Amino acid sequence: MWRSAILPICVCAIAFAQGRPATEAEIKARDFTILPNGTGLPKGHGDAVSGRTVYEQKCQDCHGLHGEGQSGKYPALAGGVGSLKSVNPIKTVGSYWPYATTLFDYIHRAMPYDHPRSLSTDDVYSVAAYVLFLNGIVTESQELNEKTLPQVKMPNRNGFVADPRPDVKSKK
Amino acid sequence: MKQPPHSRRRFLALAAPLVGLTACKKGVPSEIGAPLSSYGARSPHVTSLRDVKDSVTPGTGVTHTPLQDLEGIITPASLHFERHHAGVPDIDPATHDILLHGLVERPLIFSMSDLRRFPSVSQIHFIECSGNSAAELAGEPQPDPQQSAGLFSCSEWTGVPLATLLHTAGLKKEAKWILAEGADACLMARSIPIEKALDDILVAYAQNGEPLRPEQGFPVRLVVPGWEGNINVKWLHRLHVLDQPSMTRDETSHYTDLMPDGTARIFTFPMEAKSMITRPAGGQKMDYGPGAYEITGLAWSGRGKVQRVEISSDGGANWKDASLQLPILSKAATRFRFEWRWDGQPAALQSRCTDETGYVQPSLDELVEARGRFSYYHCNAIKTWFVHQDGSVSHVA
Repeated sequence: MWRSAILPICVCAIAFAQGRPATEAEIKARDFTILPNGTGLPKGHGDAVSGRTVYEQKCQDCHGLHGEGQSGKYPALAGGVGSLKSVNPIKTVGSYWPYATTLFDYIHRAMPYDHPRSLSTDDVYSVAAYVLFLNGIVTESQELNEKTLPQVKMPNRNGFVADPRPDVKSKK
Repeated sequence: MKQPPHSRRRFLALAAPLVGLTACKKGVPSEIGAPLSSYGARSPHVTSLRDVKDSVTPGTGVTHTPLQDLEGIITPASLHFERHHAGVPDIDPATHDILLHGLVERPLIFSMSDLRRFPSVSQIHFIECSGNSAAELAGEPQPDPQQSAGLFSCSEWTGVPLATLLHTAGLKKEAKWILAEGADACLMARSIPIEKALDDILVAYAQNGEPLRPEQGFPVRLVVPGWEGNINVKWLHRLHVLDQPSMTRDETSHYTDLMPDGTARIFTFPMEAKSMITRPAGGQKMDYGPGAYEITGLAWSGRGKVQRVEISSDGGANWKDASLQLPILSKAATRFRFEWRWDGQPAALQSRCTDETGYVQPSLDELVEARGRFSYYHCNAIKTWFVHQDGSVSHVA
């Protein structure tokens, strides 16, 4: 008997604020998530040949002719492979980034810096292909699309380790 | 309008001749001061500022909190450090909302007024950029507290526990990670483990008693207590419940810690125990010559409460306990104080923090030995300020 008296109070406590249901269309319009397995990639395609044109128009002013960047201003996109153990580590898409999907995702959501989300889906695939081509990861004519992009093996794919901290023991 | 006999105005009228008589006394005004104001401004004699530097992309970068000028543990919102990746968006709270979707029973959209209907809490927490003190680690000691460790601030945050929103939507059993996305131009996004999301994260809409400042995420942000600043996503507009991390640019290529063997640590979330003397410190002067001075500063830990702060004036050879000012709160700044008698000789001032887990703040040498000089993030090394014979204090011996 006491149970039935208490239950409605519990329900009230949970339900007094809710938000409103999100529709499928609302979710689709705002969902920018892309996962390493390719989930979320929009349908489209491109290669480094078409990507070169996009890159020259939209990216090269900041990131340089060969993706070398501008020191202290705009990050390098290419080069640096084998430098991570050195006293001058250079972190680029080719030397450091573990997933090609991350490259697509970042261009898709945030680039070009001054006009984010102004590129078409095919342009994003194309320019991602060109950046991977600058790094020697894909060939110039290799088509990238929602199926093939997640299969691109990045050189530093296995370069990341879980957080082992606390790792420093004070000798006090 | 009839004046009551003891009104303030009547008192001022009666007192006016007395003011005239005493006007010759130094510092006492003889004229009526500035009128009432609808929103307060600080005295024109107070000039402490964040450090805005020239940039080709002024929407990205950092400004540091002037820690040497602060008192107590709370950072004024106007001096809270900034780290933006694509500028500060101008968001109308009347149209802004948060989409919560993915591995939930009921995908929901919360308007700002929906959010305010949930039970809220206020908690004091620090936020520290994981790149704070990166120059120290790279072997470039910075000249003052602001430049050395000013990507650190502490505020009272008010908001709704993220767990409340997740429970309202109903988590599916596959839910393991949550992608939080901001409504800045770059849609800055970070993945957060579900355990932390259900623990102590706030969906915060207020800071130090007023709505968030635009540069701190107005109208709503995440506050992720004790974890690196970048994951405290500002201008929050989407929460995507997933079974895996999304591996965004900021959690793979950016906020990862490169080790000497060429591997990089990923998802290095907690900010470990750290402290710094803010007075006397680099850029200041021991104005009164040899004698008594108060050493004060801030200590904190992303793993809980500060348990102990010790002070050395001889570069770490000898240590004495500082007193910890109340309140001592978990994952918040703690103010320490120490009475010091300067004998007029050169001195090397250090503070060392121990947190409630027993973890002791390491020296820079110990940190470099373990992680090298290129890990960039999470530098919590002991900072040294050198007092010179002429009373000046600097970052170099």
